[in-house]
Amino acid sequence: MNLSYLFDAAHWSLTDDGSIPQLILSHVWYVVLALIIGTIIALPVGLYIGHTGRGSFLAINAGNAGRSLPTLGLLMLMVTLLGLGLTPVLIALTVLVIPPILTSAYAGMRTLDHRVVDAARGMGMRPSQVLFKVELPMALPVMMSGFRSAALQVVATATVAAAVGLNGLGRLLIDGLAVNDYSRVLAGAIVVAVLAVVLDLILALAQRWIVSPGLR
Amino acid sequence: MITFDDVVKVYPGGSTAVDHLSLELPTGKTTVFVGPSGCGKTTSLRMINRMINPTSGRVLIDGKDVAGQDEALLRRKIGYVIQHAGLFPHRTVLDNVATVPMLLGKSRKQARTAALGLLERVGLSAEFASRYPAQLSGGQQQRVGVARALAADPPVMLMDEPFSAVDPVVREGLHREFLRLQKDLGKTIAMVTHDIDEAIKLGDVVVILRQGGKLAQIGTPQELLDHPADEFVAEFVGRDRGLRSLSFDTAAGLPVRPLTEDLVLDDAGRPIRWSSGEPTGGSFTVGDSLRLVTDLAITSPVGIAVRVDADGRADGLVPHHDLVDHLAERRAAK
Repeated sequence: MNLSYLFDAAHWSLTDDGSIPQLILSHVWYVVLALIIGTIIALPVGLYIGHTGRGSFLAINAGNAGRSLPTLGLLMLMVTLLGLGLTPVLIALTVLVIPPILTSAYAGMRTLDHRVVDAARGMGMRPSQVLFKVELPMALPVMMSGFRSAALQVVATATVAAAVGLNGLGRLLIDGLAVNDYSRVLAGAIVVAVLAVVLDLILALAQRWIVSPGLR
Repeated sequence: MITFDDVVKVYPGGSTAVDHLSLELPTGKTTVFVGPSGCGKTTSLRMINRMINPTSGRVLIDGKDVAGQDEALLRRKIGYVIQHAGLFPHRTVLDNVATVPMLLGKSRKQARTAALGLLERVGLSAEFASRYPAQLSGGQQQRVGVARALAADPPVMLMDEPFSAVDPVVREGLHREFLRLQKDLGKTIAMVTHDIDEAIKLGDVVVILRQGGKLAQIGTPQELLDHPADEFVAEFVGRDRGLRSLSFDTAAGLPVRPLTEDLVLDDAGRPIRWSSGEPTGGSFTVGDSLRLVTDLAITSPVGIAVRVDADGRADGLVPHHDLVDHLAERRAAK
């Protein structure tokens, strides 16, 4: 096993299909799509449950159930039901990111200092103003930590896309295994790990930027 | 003027928090609701700005029923201060104070300029403006809370245990500040506290509630101390209410005796000690309360309180027994 595949300049062409940059691009594309769809679904539900306190059993159980669901198994099930393509991959990855986003949105809202919310109402903020000007900004640190853990998980797991014929960095793993090219497998593993670190770094910077210094 | 007209609040589950409460909070005065826990004092306060709606009866501000008014618009006209201040942790001190003016449609710039002036009003220098609440002490946070409530210059202020989360020394300072501000501003203030001493110190009118949300007595602090309506009020205002009631009378009517050689003075005529070597233990002026004089007479090793003039020069003596005679006359006069 060696790093020859990783450091071979031929694998870093920006234009060749199946080159590392191309695979990174498609990998990131799956990750971003899954995070966007997952956030659109999980965030409002988590905020609603956290804000009203209604259905909190759902938030907690969704978290536990989602964590124990094997993504590869779910992906195969979806492919059986829907056929090959991007949709089954996105469904499997979205199911993966929903629990951490939902539970952290819920937790962020539940752990708010109710006295601050009481003050906001008492000063004459309308319910939507209380939500957007007070509750959301205050819940942001907890919500961001959930989003970051979702992003890390999906970066690692998006490699399954290659198992059903799509691209992404999983290609290096699956193809490498298929032809006993362990240098390629190692390159895939390293790039995924580096990508995860870089993504987390970007999100950490974003968090610094959007979370008020008063909450640090 | 804030009017409670036969107000009842029954919570779901049947517990009665406020039981047929009728009273008036005079305009420009501080009215303090006080009572044991479960007496409905906070519930009463929160019915004024509709944080809680009464089960029956009406709450009126200047004759207008609050029930018919838009909640948010009503609350923007009423200052709101709560225990622990409840500042927005994600906003700077300045933006916390600017909150209500901005809700009312002021530009950010206008609101911030006004907020800066208010910080000064409550005794915080401009350097605090850009800090976040977590960087402030409890007492400073509470000052910001008061500034925030005052920001839109509301005629009415609600204060729910505003000073109970800070230590006694800081509280003492906040009390002084509060009295000074209120003297300037003359807001109609409704305050809740569980501390009868605080109520007596800050209130122009004190409302004592008993468990189950029933009115026990309403009156000026001195009325409550001198003429408690019943055993409950007497108990609540404390066993030492006789002594506390002395806080409201000055030493002006107190006869003094001429100085004797027993009191050693310095060149300017200020008392130093008694000739026996005992310390004087302090002195009082004409404007001080009878309570202070009594305290001096009791703690003085020779049983004599020393009166001084504005410059600190001794100008009279009050022996223990003269004070007792004076208090007896005072009692007979009431």
